[in-house]
Amino acid sequence: MKQFLAFVKKEFYHVLRDKRTLFILVGLPIAQILIFGFALTNEVKDQKILVVDNAKDIASQRIIADIAASKYFQIEISTSDAKQILPSFKKGIIHLAIVIPSGFQNDLVHLKKAQIQVIADAADPNLATTLTNYISAIIADYEMDLNKVSNVPLRIIPDVRMLYNPQLKGAPNFVPGVMALVLMLICVLMTAISIVKEKETGTMEILLVSPFKPVLVILAKAVPYLVLSLINVATILLLSVFVLNVPVKGSVLLLFAESTLFIITCLTLGIFISIKTSTQQVAMLVSLMGMLLPTVLFSGFMFPIENMPVPFQWLSNIIPSKWFYIIVKSIMIKGVGFSIIWKETLVLLGITLLLFLISIKSFKIRME
Amino acid sequence: MRIIRFLLQKEFKQIFRNKTILAMIIVMPILQLLILPLAANYTVKNINLAVVDHDHSSFSQKLISKITASGYFKLQGYNPSFNKAFELIESDKADLILEIPADFERNLIRKNEQQIFIAVNAINGTKANLGGYYIGQIIRDFNNEIRLEWLPQLPANTQEGIQIVSSDWFNPFLNYDLFMVPGILAILVTMVAGFFTALNIVKEKETGTIEQIKVTPLKMRYFFLGKLIPFWILGNVVFTIGLITAWLVYGIVPQGNLFVLYGFIWLYLLAILGFGLLVSTYSNTQQQAMLIMFFFMMIFILMGGLFTPIDSMPSWAKVIARLNPVSYMIDVMRMVILKGSGWQDILPQLLKIFLLAVVLNSLLFFRKKISA
Repeated sequence: MKQFLAFVKKEFYHVLRDKRTLFILVGLPIAQILIFGFALTNEVKDQKILVVDNAKDIASQRIIADIAASKYFQIEISTSDAKQILPSFKKGIIHLAIVIPSGFQNDLVHLKKAQIQVIADAADPNLATTLTNYISAIIADYEMDLNKVSNVPLRIIPDVRMLYNPQLKGAPNFVPGVMALVLMLICVLMTAISIVKEKETGTMEILLVSPFKPVLVILAKAVPYLVLSLINVATILLLSVFVLNVPVKGSVLLLFAESTLFIITCLTLGIFISIKTSTQQVAMLVSLMGMLLPTVLFSGFMFPIENMPVPFQWLSNIIPSKWFYIIVKSIMIKGVGFSIIWKETLVLLGITLLLFLISIKSFKIRME
Repeated sequence: MRIIRFLLQKEFKQIFRNKTILAMIIVMPILQLLILPLAANYTVKNINLAVVDHDHSSFSQKLISKITASGYFKLQGYNPSFNKAFELIESDKADLILEIPADFERNLIRKNEQQIFIAVNAINGTKANLGGYYIGQIIRDFNNEIRLEWLPQLPANTQEGIQIVSSDWFNPFLNYDLFMVPGILAILVTMVAGFFTALNIVKEKETGTIEQIKVTPLKMRYFFLGKLIPFWILGNVVFTIGLITAWLVYGIVPQGNLFVLYGFIWLYLLAILGFGLLVSTYSNTQQQAMLIMFFFMMIFILMGGLFTPIDSMPSWAKVIARLNPVSYMIDVMRMVILKGSGWQDILPQLLKIFLLAVVLNSLLFFRKKISA
């Protein structure tokens, strides 16, 4: 035990000595939370649009004023030349154009029917759909106003309630995701690289001939990263509660217990990669390709799993971060207890044990 | 000139010697282009719907079948009570609950007005928003239908109506791949160029071969040039492989001029390679170089507008986006490949990348020595 502690101490020195790496390891989750929390939104606001008003009558002016007044749109170009639309799209200045034909009000009053053309830059399909929806809503409001339709018969009124996240913020969705990503990065990547580094520089051989159990050499490597990861979990939770106003609804203790389990999963994975590889660059590539990419892809926090092809959905089941993501989301946002998430926990535990067994099996004391 | 030739020979030998890395460079772009667009599908469909129907009338049946027939919703089943349906939401089996109150049909006809209750799991904001919008749309359609059926003489036709004709340019079928593939191509080139250069010089430091370089009568700028050129060529190779994959797999052919596309890539690669080498000269270990690069890459990619529009970002984030080469790259790729933009259209982006490339590379080339 005393020996083990001495080794852990050595590993802590290794980690604490490299100030730049340490700085990034601590700063990364903070930067991620801030970026995800404040910079990445699908929220539409101040979208620059082009208006071609060929009518220039009261009705068209009213509609344009309504659009300009909404917080979603900002009229960048106002013209009467429809030929300007294409070059503006090509320059990427605007993503939506509306064309009001001449004689708009006349048609509206006399024919009871008038047209407005809405052209969206569908290079970004979701944005195009959203923008078209918003502009349609504004025009429909104007129409309602015009007709004063308040007592239409047979009216179904949908009462829509947004559960858990009424303001439709992105935060509840990504905080658990950032947690999985950061833990993956530190535990898998850092552990794998720091063990392989000892192989590459040749110090591993010295450690292995020392009168000390080889398994403990490896385990001692993992301890600093375990501590660092727990610190990061705490940082992320504090930021999410005090900066993003996303409270932890469930038990914090349970959250930390589950995080520790996931950290151990990741550490085992990192150790496994380090056993199988012999240079830092390869270890790095394997960790990035093998773990970080699947975490981003298949945990469900950036890309919706239910939209993926079926084989991908199966594949997502063997990615540990997917289960961790579900667990954290359930505890933090929905506030459920262990009785709801025991299945996910069991899966995570199973993956960990399996990885642990494979690692022990393939661990060799002799080096090539 | 001869010095550079020898240096290039050395670098290429080192690159081609490591088969794993080489395979990664060739296979990664193809694999990523195959997998990522399949996974990164933000089309909202398959919204899991839990129904609580207290009415069991022909109206409620019609409404439910209209919703499930729309293609956006997948019926998870009928539930006897709201609480039962809510359990489905808690266990993530349902995204949306539709509760039709008892006497829905009767009240609608008698009182002319009836509420129905919809609860959406809003943890995923985009999905909730679109799901709520779709179901609202369907209910409105349904409402119009029954109104026509019951009150055919309704004076609705005499009211003033504005018809909105919408068209989607450049991507009329709203194909999500078309949006993602050029962006992923941009990320790919950036990652390969950035990571390999960042690790390159620092590896020579770690293995000690840098000492040998230092004692040879070699000017630093030749040394950097010898590092820059091979990865510049490699970046072009990766980009070309990606472009061919996009064409073969997704049928995406650049609408614009290929010269415009490559002209931009050539400048862009210089900027990214300069940045990578700069990171490499300042780092002491590969681990450090990799983490620093990872840190910047993450910020560059997340804030580059691949997933969320830069226009929606707050002003401080827009400032960062303006300094971010990746955002220009993604922009230009989408503009040239999808919209067929030409030199004049991408001129602002081109100038900014040129400026960035000059600044980063002069920082690099004016260094007298590499810190060990």
